[in-house]
Amino acid sequence: MTPDELRAQLTEKFGTLIESVTVYRGETTVVAAKTCIADLARFLRDDPACQFNSLRDVCGADYYRPGERYEVVYNLYSLPHKTRLRVKVRVGEDDLHVPTVSHVWAGANWAERETYDMFGIQFDGHPDLRRMYLPEEFEHYPLRKDFPLMGIPGSLPLPRK
Amino acid sequence: MAMNSASEGFLTTRLDEIIGWARRNSLWPMPMGISCCAIEMMAFAGPRYDVARFGSEAFRFSPRQCDLMIVAGTVTYKMSHVVRKIYDQMPDPKWVIAMGACTSTGGMYRSYSVVQGIDQFIPVDVYVAGCPPRPDNLLKGLMEVQKKIARGEKPGQAEKVYITETA
Repeated sequence: MTPDELRAQLTEKFGTLIESVTVYRGETTVVAAKTCIADLARFLRDDPACQFNSLRDVCGADYYRPGERYEVVYNLYSLPHKTRLRVKVRVGEDDLHVPTVSHVWAGANWAERETYDMFGIQFDGHPDLRRMYLPEEFEHYPLRKDFPLMGIPGSLPLPRK
Repeated sequence: MAMNSASEGFLTTRLDEIIGWARRNSLWPMPMGISCCAIEMMAFAGPRYDVARFGSEAFRFSPRQCDLMIVAGTVTYKMSHVVRKIYDQMPDPKWVIAMGACTSTGGMYRSYSVVQGIDQFIPVDVYVAGCPPRPDNLLKGLMEVQKKIARGEKPGQAEKVYITETA
């Protein structure tokens, strides 16, 4: 499916929830409202012309700006069509909740946990939203722009000497 | 070691010295291989560099059978508790070699998650520079531990030894 066809299909199905479909250097990016991400994921996986059956990664981004500060980025790959697609949703600082897609692609489970660990974005409906790399009792989110490079002293305890 | 052979067939020495001789020539390493330095540690144990020449070929994967911990790799805050627990399980007297830049100082990982030097939570006897150190430098580190035992030093208390990188 070409990007134009994809844009037409998505706008027909999701209307204004699709913010934009852009192509830059041969890479297609869809920006969508976060409320529709689960339905959009299911559509992109199951539609015969899309068949994005592989979720390659879920990651976060912090633009450190007022309003919609964070983004969650889904990188998809279609094994039958050998095409790639990037889906972005914007997340505001006042409402860090995004619906999970782990019931659409099982591989989203750990990727969403990692995004939660690093950015503190809550994935609603996730079966096991725990920290991935950092200790359970850690209270900060290290990939946020306002987190200092060397960390917060005392936040990660060392063993007694 | 001071030894006197009175006549053919036996010799006399001090008990401390004979125990020290036995200990330093049979240091059993705990391979705390956490990242890429562990590859060089394997070369150090393998046939080309052959640590068996110094009596340390018996790498033990149980801390209870080891008396030399070679910490080879980047120690994160989360891993530091594991390193300390394994160190605590080793029987005394026990020695520690901090192998490589990350282990000694945090190295290139100047970051919130990496401990900037393992001496913040365990006593270190020998620091080996390099990223990673060559196996022969690690052999030098091992020989320095042997010299420390020969001098009768206590682990973690005497002056530290720093092995610099060779060109």
